[in-house]
Amino acid sequence: MPSITRAEAAHLARLSRLALTDDELDQLAGQLDVIINAVARVSEVADADVPPTSHSVPLTNVFRPDEVRPCLTPDEALAGAPAAEEQRFRVPRILDEE
Amino acid sequence: MSTTYDEALANYEPVFGLETHVELGTVSKMFCGCGTTFGAPPNTQVCPVCLGLPGSLPVANAMAIESTIRIGLALHCTIARWCRFARKNYFYPDMPKNFQISQYDEPLCVEGYLDVEVGDSVVRVGIERVHLEEDTGKSLHVGGSTGRIHGATHSLVDYNRAGIPLVEIVTKPVPGTGALAPEVARAYVTELRETLRALGVSDVRMEEGSLRCDVNLSLNRVGATEWGTRSETKNVNSLRSVERAVRSEIERQSEVLSAGGRVVQETRHFHEDTGVTTSGRSKEMAEDYRYFPEPDLVPIAPAADWVESLRDALPELPFERRRRLREEWGISALDMQAALNAGAVAAIESTVAAGASPRDAYKWWMGELARQANERGVEVSTLPVTPSDVARISVLVNDGKLTDKLARQVLDGVLACEGSPDDVVAARGLEVVSDDAALGAAVDAAIGADPDAAQKVRDGKVAAAGALVGAVMKATGGKADAARVRELVLERLNTDA
Ligand SMILES: [Zn+2]
Repeated sequence: MPSITRAEAAHLARLSRLALTDDELDQLAGQLDVIINAVARVSEVADADVPPTSHSVPLTNVFRPDEVRPCLTPDEALAGAPAAEEQRFRVPRILDEE
Repeated sequence: MSTTYDEALANYEPVFGLETHVELGTVSKMFCGCGTTFGAPPNTQVCPVCLGLPGSLPVANAMAIESTIRIGLALHCTIARWCRFARKNYFYPDMPKNFQISQYDEPLCVEGYLDVEVGDSVVRVGIERVHLEEDTGKSLHVGGSTGRIHGATHSLVDYNRAGIPLVEIVTKPVPGTGALAPEVARAYVTELRETLRALGVSDVRMEEGSLRCDVNLSLNRVGATEWGTRSETKNVNSLRSVERAVRSEIERQSEVLSAGGRVVQETRHFHEDTGVTTSGRSKEMAEDYRYFPEPDLVPIAPAADWVESLRDALPELPFERRRRLREEWGISALDMQAALNAGAVAAIESTVAAGASPRDAYKWWMGELARQANERGVEVSTLPVTPSDVARISVLVNDGKLTDKLARQVLDGVLACEGSPDDVVAARGLEVVSDDAALGAAVDAAIGADPDAAQKVRDGKVAAAGALVGAVMKATGGKADAARVRELVLERLNTDA
């Protein structure tokens, strides 16, 4: 039975770049635990003759030809950006994780 | 060889591995129809898919799949009969989706090798995997003094490169190369680049980043069975840097270990200017990427007969081609390696095809032209001279219309963009004086001007003829055929030689 600790929740929060308080971490650790336990029940009902699956449709090899299609203009591309500069997306300083 | 390097190798056995990223030369991106032109203005080759906008869905580029399988086949890999893309989750602005579509435990190609020639031996470098993923965007760090992250106030991102198909080729650890490790690593990347070029799957321009290397290196104490901790040096982007990065890491790690320290598993950055590596961020563990099968893309199952038809259609590979050319040209393995390292094999081949003898073609490209390229700090193949120009010059020499010295002047003219060899000969008046009457007069004048030398030759001291030949060459501005002048001198002084 999974049991998500506060440390694990904090680790996930760090990877997701989320700043959470200790109270929030405790609350989310509990909720994640419930979710994971619910999903884990699937393996209880799946027999050995049911292969693991990652896709709901039995398809393979869906490809497109190597052809250029129209894309967005820079203005359209940057329309939703919180900030832009020199026709580029402006993002906050990236912290060096040393 | 520095003492540090020698000491390192006396105590430790280097083991290196290389991860090479190759941007494929497809016209459209991996999962969308955006173009892939290098150097386009920022954010002009982007769409909802490669910007990761909500609701957009990727569809895989058939040509990219085919190219990856062809690379795998050329590297003697087994091609997966069924495999999936995987999501590699990480938060960094160079991937707008907050994940990169890659492959994890099911790469398209596994278990191959590439034979690499170093000196007169062949090192077989094992290939662990070849997988397909998408390239990231390019960040410009603003506010720092050197354009690096350190000290930057903010970053500007261009997503033109995000989503370009990227193939990652990972070697197995390569032990047992000792002091030659830097050279073998470089030879591997050289051979890989030649192979990719022969396949026509990428333009493999390291200076434009379409071929990039990460160098893994660890040191084992001589005689130990346990392998040391490895460092991973990122973005080593020239052949010379691959060699320098391996060497620099051997020296650094050996100093750390000899001082009783421990090598840390980490990412390091290579600095082109100083040739040393510095510590970067410590490596995220694979589980931190939380890989899982990409739900938006269905599995790939290459049909066996399709794979076989791709195998049958592979071009002649560089290793085989060089072996064939060596036989055709009658040169040694070392001479061929020199040509390979100089990037001159194709030029020599084309020069031979344009009518020069293999010997002459090799001599020109690996002699005078290699020297000129070296002086200019460029690869010989980028000099402004074509193989047919070189072939033409060599024909003019063989026909006696040019001496070697004149030929070099003609080449200078061609390199200075004065026109074809024939244009330069005409414009600079470089043709050999082959008119015997004119030469005869010059010979008579030389004999008249130096009776002592003439008498010595008459007395049988044939070596003295050199002074007379030299005088004639000087008088004709070097445009006479020295061998013919010598014949005329000896004829006139009645000697047989
Ligand atoms: Zn796109």
